[in-house]
Amino acid sequence: MRVVIAEDLALLRDGLIRLLGAFGFEVVEAVDNGPSLLRALTTHRPDVAVVDVRLPPTFTDEGLRAALEARKQVPGLPVLVLSQHVEQLYARELLSDSSGGIGYLLKDRVSDVAQFVEAVRRVAGGGTALDPDVVSQLLTRHAREEPLQALTPREREVLGLMAEGRSNAAIAGQLFVTEKAISKHTNSIFGKLGLPPSEDDNRRVLAVLAYLGT
Amino acid sequence: MSEGFVDRFAEGARTALVNFVRSVIQIVVAYAANLPLFILTVLSIAFIPLGFGVVMAPVAIQAIRGVANQQRAWAAEWSGVEIPVPYRAEPPGGLGAFARLRWLLTDPATWRDLLWVILNVPLGLVAGVLAGGMTLYGLEGVFVAPWLTLITEYGWGPFWMVNDYGVLGIAGAVVLGAALTVVSVPLGGVVLKAHALFTQSLLAPTKGALTERVRRLSESRSETVDASAAELRRIERDLHDGAQARLVALSMNIGLAEEMMKHDPEAAQRLLAEARASSGTALTELRDLVRGIHPPVLAERGLDGAVRALALTLPLPVDVRIDLPGRADAPVESAAYFAVAEILANVVKHSGAARAWVQIEHASGRLLMIVGDDGTGGADPGGGSGMRGIERRLGAFDGTMAVTSPLGGPTVVTMELPCALSSPKTLPSSGTG
Repeated sequence: MRVVIAEDLALLRDGLIRLLGAFGFEVVEAVDNGPSLLRALTTHRPDVAVVDVRLPPTFTDEGLRAALEARKQVPGLPVLVLSQHVEQLYARELLSDSSGGIGYLLKDRVSDVAQFVEAVRRVAGGGTALDPDVVSQLLTRHAREEPLQALTPREREVLGLMAEGRSNAAIAGQLFVTEKAISKHTNSIFGKLGLPPSEDDNRRVLAVLAYLGT
Repeated sequence: MSEGFVDRFAEGARTALVNFVRSVIQIVVAYAANLPLFILTVLSIAFIPLGFGVVMAPVAIQAIRGVANQQRAWAAEWSGVEIPVPYRAEPPGGLGAFARLRWLLTDPATWRDLLWVILNVPLGLVAGVLAGGMTLYGLEGVFVAPWLTLITEYGWGPFWMVNDYGVLGIAGAVVLGAALTVVSVPLGGVVLKAHALFTQSLLAPTKGALTERVRRLSESRSETVDASAAELRRIERDLHDGAQARLVALSMNIGLAEEMMKHDPEAAQRLLAEARASSGTALTELRDLVRGIHPPVLAERGLDGAVRALALTLPLPVDVRIDLPGRADAPVESAAYFAVAEILANVVKHSGAARAWVQIEHASGRLLMIVGDDGTGGADPGGGSGMRGIERRLGAFDGTMAVTSPLGGPTVVTMELPCALSSPKTLPSSGTG
């Protein structure tokens, strides 16, 4: 799997190259600034890109802007955005074209290597990986509302994991129950929230995120 | 050459027209605004003992301030005479009617305003007639007097009865009228400037006002210094007891795991897992600390993006309307952000509101921020260290805050911060680079 990395701190950049290399990714280019990132993304068209939000030359949200611009030129280009802090505002911008292949995680999450690599693969496959911090903000925001009040605590837990972008199989694995039990939960959740049911994992995640108003 | 003449003629005609319009404005202001306002104010002050003056006088005085501020703006714009605004800042907290009256009446600038308002009635007229009338009179000498006299056998040249002197009189009227017209163009500007200087002599801050301002500045400076020292102490303590301590524990755990690797790999693995958890906690603490010092999204997106991002995280819908053509300096941006954030936090905690709204715009050198909610009202701007903190933050930049919060709501907090905006940050071309 071909991957482009954008990270301006050499230490972290090398760490990411080593980590992804160890799990069989082929790092085609690692850049350290916004303009190079946009060029690398549009010329290599990698299977997935791992991008830091803040990059030179402006040290603002250079990486995010480059990623959004690249996705405009190459629709659906999978991008996993990493940051020292997560904002719903940025999550909303990333997910606004609702075509999937988007990840948005705290840099800390890299320390759980297995989960991180799984997230990179999921994004590469057109899925979504949204940081638990963003998801919990979204859920807190809607906690007072009717439909969410109607969910059981277990269903709320499943909804949270779904919003993070996990498939039914992954959620089942995490909660130590069968996939069938999870599928029952998701059907019930979709019923209570008034969303049309869907068999496709990715589409289901996007529907949930759209509902939560990212 | 003739083109140069045409240009200069057009330029002169334009200036004459501008001066004329300005003199008309001056005369209108003197009679339509100054005179009635003076009478209204004097009467309101006289009626204070009867009661309703208590309500009327502040309104009248504020209206005078409005007119005076407009005159200050004109003096700067028309004649380049800068006149700073001398009024004392409104005392913090919502004011009762009497406190409001006292604040206005004890300000010497109020009385100087009043003096200006009445003196400007004759002087505004004189300035207006001189600046605008001279051109008119000159034109009359050229175009009306000589020809009118042919019909009516009666007419004044600029300075004499045209008829008394025959053809010479007519020619003289034309020549002198033309000269008067030409001279009136620069002279009009001079007269308007003289009027602006008269305005400055009464409407600019006096030495006393400047002393007062220095006192206020040194007060707000020492408050700011105290507050930032306290802030630094808090950060030091948070780092010392938080992230720093965690990193020590972390390196200890890793060291221990290294030792155990050989004879008890399972325990080593447990220690490493613990170390990872502890590093996660340290990072979370650092993130919260950074957010409190300067939110990263503020650095990345400015006030606009940061307030929008904040609004998204609140548990009630916040209608955000922001219209800023550029970014303020980082310290001002930060003060503005934390002020809005603190008010919104109060809305969430105390107001019981179902919705809130934020409006931010920049006009005439001031950043205007209004935060409102549909809650129960009754917010006390005097109480609570949060509100005091906002006033201190804003005060450091000469900013002000006003709260209206009647029982039953709604609560509206209006904040103003004088500042300039830089041109919008131009991001490097998003094309191939």
